[in-house]
Amino acid sequence: MAVVDWVYDGLLALLVLGLAAGALYSLSLYRAVVFYIALGLVLALVWARLGAPDLALAEAAIGAGLTGVLLLSALKHQPNKARLMGWPWLPGLTGIAILLLLIMMVKAVWGLPQGMAAVGQAALLAVPESGVEHPVTAVLLNFRAWDTLLEVLVVLLALLALRQLTLPDETFPDAWPLLLAWSRLLAPLSLLLGIYLLWRGADAPGGAFQSGALIAAGLLMLRLVGLSPALPWSRFGVRLSILIGPTIFLLAAMATASLGAGWLAFPPDWSKALILLIEVAATTSIAISLALLVGSDSRELNQ
Amino acid sequence: MIEFTAILAWPFLLAGAFFFIAGTLGVLRFPDIYSRLHAVTKADTLGLGLTVIGLGLLSGSLRTTLLMILVWLLVMASGATACQLLARYERERPQVEDENGGR
Amino acid sequence: MTEFQLFLGLGLLLFLLGVHGLVLSEHTIRRLIAINVSGGGVFLVMVSLASRGDSVDPVMQALVVTGLVVAVSATAFALRLGSALTRAESSDREGDH
Repeated sequence: MAVVDWVYDGLLALLVLGLAAGALYSLSLYRAVVFYIALGLVLALVWARLGAPDLALAEAAIGAGLTGVLLLSALKHQPNKARLMGWPWLPGLTGIAILLLLIMMVKAVWGLPQGMAAVGQAALLAVPESGVEHPVTAVLLNFRAWDTLLEVLVVLLALLALRQLTLPDETFPDAWPLLLAWSRLLAPLSLLLGIYLLWRGADAPGGAFQSGALIAAGLLMLRLVGLSPALPWSRFGVRLSILIGPTIFLLAAMATASLGAGWLAFPPDWSKALILLIEVAATTSIAISLALLVGSDSRELNQ
Repeated sequence: MIEFTAILAWPFLLAGAFFFIAGTLGVLRFPDIYSRLHAVTKADTLGLGLTVIGLGLLSGSLRTTLLMILVWLLVMASGATACQLLARYERERPQVEDENGGR
Repeated sequence: MTEFQLFLGLGLLLFLLGVHGLVLSEHTIRRLIAINVSGGGVFLVMVSLASRGDSVDPVMQALVVTGLVVAVSATAFALRLGSALTRAESSDREGDH
């Protein structure tokens, strides 16, 4: 391993630690939020260094696009200054506990066997039978499709839980012309890039989640500058696009259970078509749900 | 031929790194928000452009180079937009003593 | 591929840093940031363990992709729950006067 790599990785690690410390300990909450957004971007670089481009894509779309909007809009309704806990003995005591934990965790990690886990090797060997060529997509939508189904349901549940809250009426100031023009260009680009990522997910990094997060970021930008209409829950099309992902996924699961080998065990001839169908439906649902989770107001979800 | 482009690429990469460092120093050292914005947007855009030229020469692939130029154009446009937004926000917000830069 | 031990250690540190911040802070947004920093540490440990072999372990990476989306959904709900709580408290206070 070349010295340059070590220097680069070391700098990345220091940057991660520094940004995390800034996000956790700076007294102004606004600064903490900005530090946290920057931390998300640096983590995307770390994922790329660790050979996980799928994660880098997802982290960049979520960390840069969605989490920033979320935290900043939550900050709008909160006092800016945050005190740390006042008890004088607490920091020292927690520090000692954390050190003990660190020693235990290092010991636990040190004992792990070298090399890839058996389940990973099995997954890599079975990729040709899955219907897609990219291993991560194969795991997500074929070998462990159960996890992905439940994840789509978690996103739906979060949105349904949000509907139970009384949300404020958000009004945004009129956007300035340059921002409007740039959003008009960038939002279609993010849609295009999202569809490309979805399509490419079959044989290269990309897929439903990255694509959904990217499209949600584009929708959110249009919403913040006032270019997109509201997406009210009362409208049939909105509910349909939110529910179509879980529905298609569940239908596929039931069909494979009653006609085929079992829950979400795709027959090899059909798997490519089934995976594509599920991915398109799931991307639609994830995009609309994430956009509503981050940026909706009372007109959209409470009625 | 390959060696020639590789030799040609290094001055561009070094110049790109120089402008990045200069822009970063400007952000750290300049006194107010306008001059900091000036430093970070102009110097970094130039630095990224030079880096893209250098990497394009090194890669020797037209497709990769065009993709990087596209990235550069996007970064340039978003940098310009963000710079205008921040400067205009700073100018139009009520002038109260608030060391945290607003809300 | 880089040496994974560096990022494995970084993941452990990040997780514990997040726990420390979670215990010490008393503001909702700060606590949520702390939980997310801890989560980032967990993801970092998983991804660096995924790249310890000759080729990258796709199962771990797929789990982390799932985890990222679940984390952002949960954070979104929690933050907006916190905002609703703040609004309810402040309207209560106005009602008292």
